[in-house]
Amino acid sequence: MSDYQLDARRTLCPMPVIKTQNRVNELQPGDTLEVTCTDPGALSDIPAWCRINGHHIISTEEKNGEVIINIRVGDD
Amino acid sequence: MSTPRKAVALISGGLDSLLAARLMLEQGIHVEGINFFTGFCVEGHTHAIRKRDSKKVKRNNALWSAEQLGIKLHIVDIIDEYKDVVINPKHGYGANMNPCLDCKIFMVGKAKEWMEAHGFDFIITGEVIGQRPMSQRKDLLPVVVRESGADDLLLRPLCAKNLAPTLPEREGWVDREKLLAFHGRNRKPQMALAQEFGFEDYASPAGGCCFLTDKNYSRKLVDLWQARDKKEYELDDIMLLKVGRHLRPQPHYKLIVSREDGENNFLHGYRKQFSTLEIKSHNGPLTLVDGVLSDVDLQQAARVAARFSQGREAESVTVKFTPLNGEATLLDVAPMPAAEIKQEWHV
Repeated sequence: MSDYQLDARRTLCPMPVIKTQNRVNELQPGDTLEVTCTDPGALSDIPAWCRINGHHIISTEEKNGEVIINIRVGDD
Repeated sequence: MSTPRKAVALISGGLDSLLAARLMLEQGIHVEGINFFTGFCVEGHTHAIRKRDSKKVKRNNALWSAEQLGIKLHIVDIIDEYKDVVINPKHGYGANMNPCLDCKIFMVGKAKEWMEAHGFDFIITGEVIGQRPMSQRKDLLPVVVRESGADDLLLRPLCAKNLAPTLPEREGWVDREKLLAFHGRNRKPQMALAQEFGFEDYASPAGGCCFLTDKNYSRKLVDLWQARDKKEYELDDIMLLKVGRHLRPQPHYKLIVSREDGENNFLHGYRKQFSTLEIKSHNGPLTLVDGVLSDVDLQQAARVAARFSQGREAESVTVKFTPLNGEATLLDVAPMPAAEIKQEWHV
């Protein structure tokens, strides 16, 4: 299991979701991905994408105008 | 027990695709959704930019639909491939710059590629005969089938009984008797079915999902092409058409003036791609300059920008001009009176 980061700043929905989706598809179950965004819509959209696709949200945080979302890649 | 047949559903985030997918789930079909991002999708962009503090919960309606259905959703970036659809639509435009028929053909074709790549059996859409003037006319639905290459693997569950049986029906993968015969622009049957399925708070049934159907947006796109003397665009171009006031005081330059804090923040992200005008002596908007300004143009542009600041009634306003890749300079200008800002400048 490895930890990865993804910079999705300065993109608007749904691009943060698409970037997250494409990166997660390259990872292994159990890996973690920290996604940094500036579109506050990512706070609802990325967790929604994770829920329907079987991935897990470890944490979400808003800090200095940025949204940071930590994801654990699911089994499927 | 046999493995269920698999359908890929085009999920727009609207009611019809939600219902079509649900009808397939009711028949035991394994459904996964696909949603295409063209760059012109209305989906929350202006809300994300302009209404940061709005109390209304922001959501992506395609994701919301998938969650309601309990299905996976695959969002596909087709920005680059889609350009040819917008620039050279074989079947032409609708009332505005909307190439709806070519768009549908393209998206169904992409869904077919996805279906084949992922081992799915057929495609479903929420199309309803006669619901939309361009892409859902009865005589044009076969054009989508034929030109997308989907042929009889394209099933439209909401109006299937008005159409010839498709392969999934003929093979008994789905029960045609349980499909529907919706037609026309009346939305009541869809609303009744939504209620039956317990769907509430779905996206506005009549709401469009594409900026190209919007008259004002289309005018800005045409202006962009005319000013550049060629039909082409990048994602940033079409995103910026969604934001701010657009004024073209001269054929060779355009001003994009933010209208509130959210737009100001968004336009700040483009400071390294455009020349900018900032109001220094008063509160005021950031203005991007699309084009090259002469000294005379600069005076005019600065006066226009000053007009939209809180110094609009002042004798003089200080404006900072930062040319692209150049040194910033300060100008003191008289804000342009409203009467001098010509109506035809507004794009």
